[in-house]
Amino acid sequence: MDKLKMLDLQKKATIIRKHIIDEVFSANSGHPGGSLSCADILTTLYFDEMRVDPKNPKDPNRDRFVLSKGHCAPALYATLALKGFFPESDLNTFRKVDSYLEGHPNMDYVPGVDMSTGSLGQGIATAVGMALAAKIDKKDYRVYSILGDGEIEEGLVWEAAMAAAHYKLNNLVAFVDYNGLQIDGNITDVMNPEPIADKFVAFGWNVIAINGHNYAEIKDALEAAKKSDKPTCVVARDIKGKGVSFMEGDYGWHGKAPNQEQRDQAISELDAKLAEIEAEIAKEA
Amino acid sequence: MGKVATREAYGSALAQYGADERVIVLDADLSKSTKTDTFKKVYPERHFNMGIAEADMMCIAAGLASTGKIVFASTFAIFAAERACEQIRNSICYPKLNVKICATHAGLTVGEDGASHQCIEDLAIMRALPNMTVISPCDEIETNLAIKAAMELDGPVYVRLGRLGVEAVHGEDFKFELGKGVVVKEGTDLTLVATGLMVQESLKAAAILADKGINARVVDIHTIKPIDKDLLVKCAKETGLIVTVEEHNIAGGLGGAVCEVLAENYPCKVKMIGVEEKFGKSGVPAALLEKYGLTAQQIADKVIAAKN
Repeated sequence: MDKLKMLDLQKKATIIRKHIIDEVFSANSGHPGGSLSCADILTTLYFDEMRVDPKNPKDPNRDRFVLSKGHCAPALYATLALKGFFPESDLNTFRKVDSYLEGHPNMDYVPGVDMSTGSLGQGIATAVGMALAAKIDKKDYRVYSILGDGEIEEGLVWEAAMAAAHYKLNNLVAFVDYNGLQIDGNITDVMNPEPIADKFVAFGWNVIAINGHNYAEIKDALEAAKKSDKPTCVVARDIKGKGVSFMEGDYGWHGKAPNQEQRDQAISELDAKLAEIEAEIAKEA
Repeated sequence: MGKVATREAYGSALAQYGADERVIVLDADLSKSTKTDTFKKVYPERHFNMGIAEADMMCIAAGLASTGKIVFASTFAIFAAERACEQIRNSICYPKLNVKICATHAGLTVGEDGASHQCIEDLAIMRALPNMTVISPCDEIETNLAIKAAMELDGPVYVRLGRLGVEAVHGEDFKFELGKGVVVKEGTDLTLVATGLMVQESLKAAAILADKGINARVVDIHTIKPIDKDLLVKCAKETGLIVTVEEHNIAGGLGGAVCEVLAENYPCKVKMIGVEEKFGKSGVPAALLEKYGLTAQQIADKVIAAKN
């Protein structure tokens, strides 16, 4: 990947991370940990991959995205706002009673949201339905989804995985946001879903293991998926709370809002990162 | 006159109205029983088997519907309304997607398969979901027209269908109007408000009552939600006693829906006839209806007791 492109994605992801912190802070609730871990995947999808148009969010030929781990709505909303689907200034209405930015995404309320999610396991199955529709209609749009690694403990994920392979939905890419943590602790302690890659292979998927914070690896996986005759699962190893030192690798930040002091520290860390990236961009340009 | 099960009428209606390319039919390994195979014979390219995975089927239906498809998803009522209830709620009703859940083998008259396969709670569960329309047709023509109406409505619909062959209630000239009850027999002394195959049983009960000098009105409520409030209030005003009759648990189904309307709008005496908080049993349908007190004679006896 071109260095400037990579720096641009890094910059956007850092802005998205700042929005995530402020959304959760302003709502005084929400899910920062998993939102931060999947931010680089979302950034790459929306800014370097998906065929979407913020001016025409219901375009029937658009690529679709389903946030199967719907609780990471702060990351999706921040990405959609940055992409131009709705004003970034609306993000601080997240989870408030008159806002369209529900705690978990609603497709009828939010421009750019392709499916209402929140109940784990259901999103990936609806994505299978969308991918099947593209095959029925002989359309070339692709369907993307992000699953939590805890989420794959839901049996429905495997029913959906079976159906996707059965109907040869090679237009479907599911990321597993493999941060190793869920609300109650380490995934291997709560209910071990390992070996994740082997399970998807056994279910008939094309499986690619990557670093979920490496844009080039994310992009390469997306390209490789296009050459497969099977649905693709990208097992993206990443860090819960990525980008905020005191949230990284701590499952306590799965569903907890920072206080003012913590918010300020998180924002100052991300601002420092942003300044670094901008300096590098200036050097490269 | 020949008997036709509402599930058979459903399969035929799908084939009849299925020319629309947007129509997609999903089944969960029961297509011969749910009769979606009748559609499959005509439009095999738009029939998809989801395997024994009902929860997955409901979500895949939602995904298909999000792209503009009119999706029919079929399995037995117990596995649709209960096993996949939360998928129906969150992935279909909440986003108001255009999925028609056509659930067969509802009620006790599934027969010998017994309690595990007899769904007697679906009307209560499905009508509690916001955005859901609930239809429970009684015969072949009503089912045919209900499927057509469901297809024309943009939004989630639950259609309750039966396994057992049933006699025709309505003639060829029957006009189906969603949300409107149908007076199938006039009467002045009480109103039997029935749904599904209890409409036929209630008509027979009315004949038994007529022999005893009681003139019962019979109303077919094919749309459980939205229910026909005006007709229910009118019947209560004109006949006094209301007797609800359903092949469903006594809690929350047709009787519950009728009581909600009358309690708020025209409080009157109501007798609710249904399965009285028990699970079903294996047996032939006629024996089951007898065991659970749902034959015409038993309905007539309960009406007489309620009038005294």
